Amino acid sequence: MKKSVILGTLTVAALSAGTAGAQTLSDVQERGTLNCGVNTGLVGFAAPDANGNWEGFDVAVCRAVAAAVLEDPQAVEFVSLTGKTRFTALASGEVDILSRNTTWTFTRDVDLKFEFAGINYYDGQGFIVPKELGVSSAKELSGATVCVQTGTTTELNLSDYFRKNNMDYEPVPIETNSEAQQQYLAGACDAYTTDASGLAATRAAFEAPGDHVILPEIISKEPLGPLVRHGDDEWEDVVRWTINALIAAEEYGITSANIDELKQGTDSPEINRILGSADNLGEMLGLDADWAYRAIKANGNYGEIFAKNIGESTPIGLSRGLNAQWTDGGLMYAPPFR
Amino acid sequence: MLLNDTRYRSYTFQFIALVCVAALFAWLGSNLAANLAAAGIGISYEFLGQSSNYDINQTLIEYSSQSTHLRASIVGLLNTLLVSILACITATIIGVFAGVLRLSNNWLVSKLMATYVEMFRNVPVLIWIIIIFTIMTAVAPAPSAFRGDDPDASMILGMFAFTNRGVYVPKPLLEPTGWVVLGIFAASVVSMIAYRRFATRKLYDEGKLLPTLWPSLAILFVPAVLAFYALGRPIGLEIPELGGFNFSGGITLLGSLIALWFALAIYTGAFIAENVRAGILSVSRGQTEAAAALGLRPRRIMNLVILPQALRVIVPPLISHYLNITKNSSLAIAVGYMDLTGTLGGITLNQTGRAIEAILLLMLFYLAISLAISALMNVYNSAVRLKER
Repeated sequence: MKKSVILGTLTVAALSAGTAGAQTLSDVQERGTLNCGVNTGLVGFAAPDANGNWEGFDVAVCRAVAAAVLEDPQAVEFVSLTGKTRFTALASGEVDILSRNTTWTFTRDVDLKFEFAGINYYDGQGFIVPKELGVSSAKELSGATVCVQTGTTTELNLSDYFRKNNMDYEPVPIETNSEAQQQYLAGACDAYTTDASGLAATRAAFEAPGDHVILPEIISKEPLGPLVRHGDDEWEDVVRWTINALIAAEEYGITSANIDELKQGTDSPEINRILGSADNLGEMLGLDADWAYRAIKANGNYGEIFAKNIGESTPIGLSRGLNAQWTDGGLMYAPPFR
Repeated sequence: MLLNDTRYRSYTFQFIALVCVAALFAWLGSNLAANLAAAGIGISYEFLGQSSNYDINQTLIEYSSQSTHLRASIVGLLNTLLVSILACITATIIGVFAGVLRLSNNWLVSKLMATYVEMFRNVPVLIWIIIIFTIMTAVAPAPSAFRGDDPDASMILGMFAFTNRGVYVPKPLLEPTGWVVLGIFAASVVSMIAYRRFATRKLYDEGKLLPTLWPSLAILFVPAVLAFYALGRPIGLEIPELGGFNFSGGITLLGSLIALWFALAIYTGAFIAENVRAGILSVSRGQTEAAAALGLRPRRIMNLVILPQALRVIVPPLISHYLNITKNSSLAIAVGYMDLTGTLGGITLNQTGRAIEAILLLMLFYLAISLAISALMNVYNSAVRLKER
């Protein structure tokens, strides 16, 4: 099935006459919908709800971009992609933006010719083990059988970590998160490793979450963010600054509740510039003055998106941690709008 | 006139068609290259020389995360070959038994075999792989169940541990003189084959029937067993022991390997059974009756008269079943068995993002394996084919 996607891409590439890929913005506006590549289903980040509407933390990025560019947050065509198909889908133009828990790495950025438009979640890889195992640190896992999702950077980090600490382990490669959960619960592996956010989401789905502990070690840096094709700077700017607008909105206290009021004009010049009541930053992006207003209005600011999809009040229950605003000791830091 | 010459005309048209087809492929190829370049996807196989940085749980050759992607692919290739060969052998055995038994006069046996065939060949093999793997994971005890003073599970014969991670079996340990025993055993195998040939020739030349079963077994085992004790038991067993999180020592047969092997074998075995049945039915009933009239017993009729003739019908489709097993083994990823698709087409593809290169290479590998199997089986096919003189 995956092969056929790639072969299909090859065929399409072979048959279609050459199209230059440098005008994504005008292509999207002409088409009237934004093609957004997302996860095949990871609750909290990207998953369809009971009515088939996609929702989640990564989905919100696409909706915000669609709102900014197309004036309609619903004008998004979601394409669910596996770890294998995601890069080919983006490179071939099947999707305009890939918003799918993708870790920013050197080779993806440089060798595969993509541009990461920012970081919307700072993650790190952790381990979960059953409490009865009596393990309190990842350093005690020598000789363990570890379930790991294949096709992710976690596999490489796992290998590096055990090698660095001179420990043995046996990897059990697993295709999807739900299978990994099943294997782990059956005791076919001693520990399960993935991004800490994923561990929290997985544990939330267990029958007895209290019987499992997430070990304190975070063994890697996993900056996750949306990415676009290399070489289309206008489009990259649109995506980058849409995310920055969401982050800045939280910093300046622009929420979906008060945004209409603030839009009338405030004493803060920066808020006025973001919302388009002063200067016309949108025009510089090739959009109109209200682009950021619509983007923030779509799902709220960064903090609201976080709280609604993966925050502490949701079953996933992630704390802000590194993803707090820089003013609160986190790493979320939007460059100035001027 | 040349145009009226059919031979000349057909060659001309074939040549024109060939040029057109070649031009079409050239156009598709150049278009593909141009579009890939425009999309910023350059074809490059440099990643094969870079270190893979991931671990594989079943490696038949030395491999670590510092080895190259190429070596990881070869590890995967060997794993593919391992499971394919195991499954081909097992499927053939199951298939021949089920095919012969389905023609049995015993109503229960033939119906049981019919049920087996219909059940297994009409459900997709992926489902069987997942069913067997899930049952193994859910039913077999975790290694922790073997722990404690009053464990929930215990090792069979004190040597074999069946867990939901796989089966742990003792590993033979060879002392230097152990090789002598192995050498003697190898010599026994050769002499057993020689004896059987001798017996067959004797039968054909003089019509004298020598016993084969008991003498073969004696030739096979007696010298090796005598040597084993004479040299002071130079072959020992390393018995798996529970330590830390897992069993260690011995040989580990991963659950994923067993599930894949078993699923491929029983699934394809059902097809082979039908093949075998068709082959046997293709030999006319008169042959059986003639053989019986000559006084041959039913088993000899099967071995000497029916099967040699049936093989001519059985072998050609058997080749394609072996090819199917090899190709179906790429479903290994469903249970996390690290075959060629799992390493080159899975982790390597993901980590390097070189999807097109990896898939092309993957196709090349499978093509090479399949052509090799076809070539081997064709040699066998020409050996059992009807000799026309």
